Amino acid sequence: MERRASRREFLLAAGGVAAGLALAVEPARATPAAMQEAIRKVVGSTRVNPGRVKLELPPLVENGNTVPLAVSVESPMTAADHVKAIHLFTEKNPQPDVASFRFGPRAGRASVATRIRLADTQTVVAIGELSDGSFWSARASVVVTLAACLEDA
Amino acid sequence: MASALINVPARAKRGEIIEVKTLISHPMETGYRRTQLGAAIPRDIIRLFVCAYNGTEVFRAELHPAIAANPFIVFSTVATESGTLAFHWTGDNGFSATESAAIAVD
Repeated sequence: MERRASRREFLLAAGGVAAGLALAVEPARATPAAMQEAIRKVVGSTRVNPGRVKLELPPLVENGNTVPLAVSVESPMTAADHVKAIHLFTEKNPQPDVASFRFGPRAGRASVATRIRLADTQTVVAIGELSDGSFWSARASVVVTLAACLEDA
Repeated sequence: MASALINVPARAKRGEIIEVKTLISHPMETGYRRTQLGAAIPRDIIRLFVCAYNGTEVFRAELHPAIAANPFIVFSTVATESGTLAFHWTGDNGFSATESAAIAVD
């Protein structure tokens, strides 16, 4: 028993060292943890509920340099009940923030479309911030065959 | 001077939700790329896009390097009155561009 435990410890330590090395080699890369931290900065300590947000991304893209993205949040968009903002985050781009779109009741519809860059096959998260202070989210996974940000100029 | 393309319906009914499409030519250099000699290429992006309807802000987008080159943004607003929609982009290295479109509401 004693031997088994020490072997497990050794493997855990080795794994830790390998992970540390991987991080040292690739500093310019956001991790899911960095994304969580970026999300925390926006939502604070509020709970983020799944739902109400619709995030449309192609499931497979050939070129990560321009990926069409459409996001919308269900809302009546009145002065009392509207979407204040939609925030986009990525898991594995060099930095987790993608964009923040701010709306008011004058927007009529909380929907926006744009084109983004994706550095790797990863999950994109959209968070809708409502006027009542609640946060809603949706996520989409995208497989990228040619990554953005890697080519030389 | 950067060139921008704007698509706003020329006429709309009062209270109708209109879709606005904007595209501006800009490299959106991420700051993570290198030249073939290994020198880092400094970041040069558009950081902020604002749309004002007759002086009232209706939409704002804060952009990061993950937005593709030539930022294309589609959003919507309520046609409240005849007037102009003013678009303003600001970014790194003192980048600033303004464009406007007229709309007739009946």
